Amino acid sequence: MEPFNRLQALVVPIDRANVDTDAIIPKQFLKSINRSGFGPNLFDEWRYLDRGEPGQSCVGRPLNPDFALNQPRYQGAQILLSRDNFGCGSSREHAPWALLDYGIRVVIAPSFADIFFNNCFKNGILPIVLTGEQVDQLMQECVAQEGYQLTVDLETQSLSTPSGEKFSFVVDPFRRHCLLHGLDDIGLTLQHVSAIELYEQQRRQAAPWAFLSQGV
Amino acid sequence: MKPQNLFEKIWDAHVIRADGDGTVLLYIDRHLVHEVTSPQAFEGLRLAGRKVRRPEATFAVPDHNVPTKHLEQGIIDPIARLQVETLDNNCRTFAIRQFGMGDIRQGVVHVMAPEQGIILPGLTVVCGDSHTATHGAFAALAFGIGTSEVEHVLATQTLPQKKPKTMRIHIEGDLAAGVTAKDLILYIISRIGTAGGTGHVLEFTGSAIEALSMEGRMTLCNMAIEGGARAGLVAVDDKTIDYLHGRPFAPKGTVWNQAEQAWRKLKADPGAGYDRVLTFAAQEVVPQVSWGTSPEMTLPITGHLPNPAMENDPVRRSSISKALAYMGLEPGMAIADIAVDTVFIGSCTNGRIEDLRLAAEQVVGKKVAPTVKLAMVVPGTGLVKQQAEAEGLDRIFTEAGFEWRAPGCSMCLAMNADILAPGDRCASTSNRNFEGRQGPGGRTHLVSPAMAAAAAVAGHFVDIRASH
Ligand code: SF4
Repeated sequence: MEPFNRLQALVVPIDRANVDTDAIIPKQFLKSINRSGFGPNLFDEWRYLDRGEPGQSCVGRPLNPDFALNQPRYQGAQILLSRDNFGCGSSREHAPWALLDYGIRVVIAPSFADIFFNNCFKNGILPIVLTGEQVDQLMQECVAQEGYQLTVDLETQSLSTPSGEKFSFVVDPFRRHCLLHGLDDIGLTLQHVSAIELYEQQRRQAAPWAFLSQGV
Repeated sequence: MKPQNLFEKIWDAHVIRADGDGTVLLYIDRHLVHEVTSPQAFEGLRLAGRKVRRPEATFAVPDHNVPTKHLEQGIIDPIARLQVETLDNNCRTFAIRQFGMGDIRQGVVHVMAPEQGIILPGLTVVCGDSHTATHGAFAALAFGIGTSEVEHVLATQTLPQKKPKTMRIHIEGDLAAGVTAKDLILYIISRIGTAGGTGHVLEFTGSAIEALSMEGRMTLCNMAIEGGARAGLVAVDDKTIDYLHGRPFAPKGTVWNQAEQAWRKLKADPGAGYDRVLTFAAQEVVPQVSWGTSPEMTLPITGHLPNPAMENDPVRRSSISKALAYMGLEPGMAIADIAVDTVFIGSCTNGRIEDLRLAAEQVVGKKVAPTVKLAMVVPGTGLVKQQAEAEGLDRIFTEAGFEWRAPGCSMCLAMNADILAPGDRCASTSNRNFEGRQGPGGRTHLVSPAMAAAAAVAGHFVDIRASH
């Protein structure tokens, strides 16, 4: 996983609440058995005027000019700004994979759906929770000023606007540590393998029904 | 000892170790796997040279991509076929038990697992699928995870987790005739909102919940995720025990007796606390119909569509306008005046035998309205299909003009050929009405099986309480 430390980047606004994972990456693309290549289909149904199919090239597909991702001023954005309950719906990790593949490293919203929030951290994306008023303010500034950039610093858990205004945010210490160092969760857990073994022995005694034999 | 709620009892029994910052390493007893969210996890294991820690704790089934008719042709879409074959290969390589295509047990993962007795009270259950919440009906702590976590569980049989908060949803009283668990959960979501349960595990209590069958409790917990919660829970009672007894993967003999004793303790202690408590009266619930593009956009069958002009909050106003526009509906319209052209009965929410019975009741001796171009029933698993056929339900449906299909997720998310065309309007017993969920431009109204069946006959939504 790519570590995340500090990022200064262009912001793209998706001004809606309840942006769901079906919208982030429509289900036909979930047929892929790969982890990458989803970027061109990020927000496919909002971004293009035709229906996208997996395996099809997106070059030359008719674009929806009203959708922010298609507007020249937002090209190259790495920070996405949205409203409440971002990432609700399914558990598909294809949603953060698509965001990442497109180039998004930070998503800012007043609230996130739980599974999506978790999935972001596993993929080097930083989801930032700000208050509704703060998001409102950023949304207005971002739409008003072309080339609007934010600077996000995970070490100090702060975010600053072009005018120098600072907002602080909080990230769970363990997740922050993993993100800062790009650490693989599984490797960390396997350091505790003896604790896992001990637990299994005790549980086998206490709740034998929880254990199945192979090939029932 | 401090009285504990149900969630705390299960959680505490699964903590392997705790870090100072509140992250714990949680043991996972059962892992369910399907073809869509697992290929990249197995690939990750392979790349890292890791093994599956306890293959016997994992059960796999293809469901999202499988066709529901012309099964003899196999899967025609090459990309979908590759995904199902990848699951076959991964299960073979890693020695994981799979109920593959052609197995009578195959079907929607969340219908299959309880039916097989794989889900037991007090267990932790995960799956790379948000509707894993279904299994909370058995007092199992069950939640959906992402693909990286699937890989983590395969490799370690554990997950690092933060302790969620708890919310008790207490429902007293009797549901009226014709009002089901589906109406109840849609009603709850319409009241708490799709983010109302975020960060919480819901525990459903009260006489209305005790009165529900296991199927009804599964429907209820299934949609906990649509209220933002990762999991729902219902305490163990006689119904839980009766349901599990004799199931293929449930314990037998002396272990069963020992298990039953332990399971009966899986309910909240008197005086247990919760972070939040909400109370609803069962009598308030009437049959529900979702009208918009989020499950919280749900109204009683007797209701009228909202008018965005009357909404003061700008974000809400624009959500309502966008939803009405997408759904092709006018403000103020009566729910009962909404005509449908497609009906889908199935999914992990409502694809169990009881659901099919309730739907068939509305259909017996009647015909699907001529304005409905497709009405289909998709049983949750091959075993549900077999049972329904033994009861003659398939004939009731087909004689009325429904298509009787093979099991799978089907039009719940339309990854296979069962897909709405743009502008189609569907009465669906599934769980999500997001834009494009059942096909790009397709319009979904979430309802109970009986409401869907009645809509198929009438050609529009009807208040089925009138017929009870
Ligand atoms: S039936 Fe629908 S909600 Fe359930 S697992 Fe399948 S796709 Fe998901």
